[in-house]
Amino acid sequence: MVTLTINDTQVSVPEGTTILDAAASAGIEIPNLCYLKGVNEISACRVCCVEIEGEGKLVPSCNNVVQEGMVIHTNSPRVREARRTNVELILSQHDNTCATCVRSGTCRLQKVATDLGVLTVPYPPDLARGKKVSWTTTFPLYRDVNKCIKCMRCVQICDKIQSLSVWDVSGSGARTTIDVSGNRVIKEADCSLCGQCITHCPTGALRERDDTAKAFSAFADPEKITVVQIAPAVRAAWGEAFGLEGGQATVRQIVTALRKMGAEYVFDTTFSADLTIMEEGTELLHRLKAGGLAEQPMFTSCCPGWVRFLKSQYPDMAGRLSTAKSPQQMFGAAAKTWLAYRLGVDARKIYSISIMPCTAKKAECELPGMDSAGFGPDVDLVLTTRELARMVRAERLDPSVLPESPFDGPLGDGSGAGVIFGAAGGVMEAALRSAYFLVNGENPPADAFREVRARSIGRGTWLEASFDMGGTTLRCAVASGLGNARRLLKALRRGEAHYEFVEIMACPGGCAGGGGQPIDGTDREKAIPRGRILYDLDEHASIRFSHENPAVQALYQEYMDAPCSEKAERLLHCDHTAWEMPQDNR
Amino acid sequence: MSRLSIAAPNRAQTVVEGLYRDVEHRVSASPPGICPVDMALAFLRLCHAQTCGKCVPCRIGLGQLTHLLEAVLDSTATPDTIDLIEKSARVIQDTADCAIGYEAARMVLQGVQGFRDDYESHVRHGRCLFGLNQPVPCVALCPAGVDIPGYIALVRAGRCDDAVRLIRKDNPFPTVCGYVCEHPCEARCRRRMVDDAVNICGIKRYACDHAENAAPPPCAPPTGKRVAVIGGGPCGLSAAYFLSLMGHQAVVYDQRPQLGGMLRYGIPDYRLPPEKLDADIDFILSTGIEVHTGVAIGKDISFSEIEQQFDAVYIAIGAHNDKKIGIEGENSAGVYSAVHLLRDIGEGNAPDFKGKRVCVIGGGNVSMDATRTALRLGAESVTCVYRRRVADMTALAEEIEEAQGEGCQILPLQAPDYIEADENGQVIALWTRPQIIGEHGSDGRPRPRDAKEPLFRTACDVVIVAIGQAIDAQPFAQVAPVVRGKIKTDSGAFVANTPNVFAGGDAVTGPATVIRAVAAGKVAAANIDAHLGFQHVIRSDVDIPPAHLTNTPACGRVELKNRPLAEYAGNFEPVKCGMSEEEVRQETSRCLRCDHFGYGIFKGGRTSKW
Repeated sequence: MVTLTINDTQVSVPEGTTILDAAASAGIEIPNLCYLKGVNEISACRVCCVEIEGEGKLVPSCNNVVQEGMVIHTNSPRVREARRTNVELILSQHDNTCATCVRSGTCRLQKVATDLGVLTVPYPPDLARGKKVSWTTTFPLYRDVNKCIKCMRCVQICDKIQSLSVWDVSGSGARTTIDVSGNRVIKEADCSLCGQCITHCPTGALRERDDTAKAFSAFADPEKITVVQIAPAVRAAWGEAFGLEGGQATVRQIVTALRKMGAEYVFDTTFSADLTIMEEGTELLHRLKAGGLAEQPMFTSCCPGWVRFLKSQYPDMAGRLSTAKSPQQMFGAAAKTWLAYRLGVDARKIYSISIMPCTAKKAECELPGMDSAGFGPDVDLVLTTRELARMVRAERLDPSVLPESPFDGPLGDGSGAGVIFGAAGGVMEAALRSAYFLVNGENPPADAFREVRARSIGRGTWLEASFDMGGTTLRCAVASGLGNARRLLKALRRGEAHYEFVEIMACPGGCAGGGGQPIDGTDREKAIPRGRILYDLDEHASIRFSHENPAVQALYQEYMDAPCSEKAERLLHCDHTAWEMPQDNR
Repeated sequence: MSRLSIAAPNRAQTVVEGLYRDVEHRVSASPPGICPVDMALAFLRLCHAQTCGKCVPCRIGLGQLTHLLEAVLDSTATPDTIDLIEKSARVIQDTADCAIGYEAARMVLQGVQGFRDDYESHVRHGRCLFGLNQPVPCVALCPAGVDIPGYIALVRAGRCDDAVRLIRKDNPFPTVCGYVCEHPCEARCRRRMVDDAVNICGIKRYACDHAENAAPPPCAPPTGKRVAVIGGGPCGLSAAYFLSLMGHQAVVYDQRPQLGGMLRYGIPDYRLPPEKLDADIDFILSTGIEVHTGVAIGKDISFSEIEQQFDAVYIAIGAHNDKKIGIEGENSAGVYSAVHLLRDIGEGNAPDFKGKRVCVIGGGNVSMDATRTALRLGAESVTCVYRRRVADMTALAEEIEEAQGEGCQILPLQAPDYIEADENGQVIALWTRPQIIGEHGSDGRPRPRDAKEPLFRTACDVVIVAIGQAIDAQPFAQVAPVVRGKIKTDSGAFVANTPNVFAGGDAVTGPATVIRAVAAGKVAAANIDAHLGFQHVIRSDVDIPPAHLTNTPACGRVELKNRPLAEYAGNFEPVKCGMSEEEVRQETSRCLRCDHFGYGIFKGGRTSKW
């Protein structure tokens, strides 16, 4: 233990503790901007500088460790002046039009500046001009160069957690900024669109393409029948945008909100998650039986960020992906076929909107082949959880008092197995539950496969487990976060690991930690607690097996015949080779 | 008022003089990768500040150029702007009255022509083609990528053993490099911005001189693969060391009776004491390397035999042949090649130069070695003859100074013309053609040319030719293509169109430095390992002490002192003293810890394994 004095308080902390953490342990908060524990400890913003008696300069507290006997002041006149000046300098190169910023209220810079009481900036604005400001408006990921404070978090998240290194420092000298690495433009980069850079951006420099206006106009269009689906993970997080933590705001309140906005039908993606299990599970058993998994496994395909990653980094392995579409796309295909038939409406009039915890979904719905119903895109518009929250706010709806409404039928029924799709390991667990049934003709205990649930968003690891499936051992692995996925793939390619079935989610912790989920500006990692909400919903669900979902059963009886039938292949499966991902061309 | 007065600098002028010095220091520590347009603009501003204001092109033109360059950098310019920059610079160069104007314009003009693609990228895409990719200057400039801030911090903490262990992760010749490394690491040391570069090499020597003999790190489990390393110099032994750690059986062949290559047979003992070399070699061999000395490939064993017996072969034969100067009288008695002379001494066959007058031809480091060695062999006088000026000599300035200090005379601007011999064929004089220094050549160095003066005679009994080395690739000509006197490989040391042959070191680069040879051996080991189907990782478990938070204020650089001349004159005892404990404590404290402060904490600050 090391004993030191911070603001006249004696503190004892373990050796190697940073000054920042040591202060926090004594209830002393040191403001900071760029610091992100374990990921970005580079003391770039210099807002967290403190005064240490006997040292010549002020010292950043985020990446320097305590030493015995240190006497530290976090609020001395010198520190106050430096902190304020550095914030003012950052503000001079920041577009301070908070009123039109998507992150107003959750912006770390805004909070630090207003907490410090910065009312005027003594420096003239020094914003980027000319071509440096330009960015595509069509790509799902949007960057505003003049809101970027060069904290480097996006660079580090993409390097260290996602292993894609899409972002890098660009240029040199006074005009140094962040840009797509290797002088590429974002559309030509091998970006997975996971959105982790967005959720870790301290300001509004990075955000999703805003599609809320399109949604409002679709709701208002009498010629359109709006059909909305809500992904499982959205329900675990959307309330956070209104200060309602821990799943206090329910998915049935979203149904009410959407109806108030003008949505005609509101359904649950959990339905098509169950459908995915039927298709993917059947495919798995087929491939297993045919001996196709002896060398390399089958990968889940429901995460479009992961699919983009695999196709750009290891294109030779794309054939290992399940051909099953993601639940979003299965839903879209079912909505413009079976649902139109059931509702007796013209499928051409259906405008299909999905609400997703995800930014990659915005690109997925535009891919070739995702129009299998024959009436335009199967999914017309994708909104993130954050966009949903913005729309709810714009409509002045208050989730703390909003009543609940049931989903519409028949695509509103989902099982607990479908709900846990939103947590890392959930697809695997749901698939195993039904695969067991398909092999043995009877259900396993619903929690028989809980071993594959992600318990932390660990770096450098993946979960593995083996289960007996009718006499054959099924070796499974679950990885979330693309850096972990890369390590797993490398092990597979080197022959150091062997599995039959592998689930991969691009975002650490799965969709619960998705790049489209609410951001509160506190840096608390929420994927695991959000996942727990989903597992809790599963535990209390009346149906816990995908194959028992009555709507799924009805779909097969009335329309699709059977899993992997000819019609199912056409509508619910896709060709991953029908489109190209930019390769890593640096 | 006096009619005349003596000018004394005022305070402002003194401060500005100080700034000029600071600018020099800063430029010398400039990191690579800076945007050339940005740099040109910064330089242009300095030039413009120097203008006297009399003439239009300089007073107004340089100012307008700065505005135009700024627009390029701000990406508010158009492609026409680049043409305007070029035209304006051309006119300023043509019409400015003095060098302040025309030299500034020439610099801009050269830039806009030389890196036009970068100008265009700024204008069209708002982007620079360059990137500041320079984490830790010393590590980036060390060919072997040694963790310099790491070992300096360890020496500062009194942990010399750990410092040496850390160095050996990348360089198995820490002691040798502590004595004779050319220390490219110091060239852009960021401490130069404060005062002067840290004496990194001296700190390394201290660490090695004060470290206990340690056991080598454990080798990976045996792979059953055997790799032949031809040449037991720094390159071959470095490769063998790392291959051995990776679990491969390295077998070193060398044609000389002892290992070490140029370290033993090229570098004189007064610079590198043989016991220091032996310490590094013993450590390397203790990892279990098999050694066959006195075996010449192509004579004692054929290359194809080696190739068949091993899973991979690494050719690291160095450059041990001399180059002929090609003048009349070169074959006279008393004419030596420096390479042969130094090798003979390394083998214990030193000639006696007692009372002889010696001329050494050449201006490189080998020439200085030959010069100082000749003095130690008892020469009455030693004259080093060079065709350019002393300032143009490629030998380290320190070597030249010391050679002069020991009593050698340098005769610059004399191009050897012929060697005069007596009737017995014995050298009696060196005739040289006087030169004057002339215009700059394409390499930017001023070229000597004939001074049109009569030939100059230097009476002498011995002439030592030290004008470079060549490789002897004869036994490998069948396998390895030799282009311009060097073996051709790809950047991964692989020899194309062979199943398993790699090459590196001086034989591939031409005569270079120890540290480059070590680096080549490291690269080869990694790639041979991969070629054999492995991915062994070399790492160090040494923990690096946290950085001190406050830097030592501006402070002089500790230089290694020479022992008193009387102690080393006429013998091969080491010339330099190592740092004292007090000195090393101060010198290590000058390190700015670029691994922790600045860009290094963000990217590339520490490579803990390879």
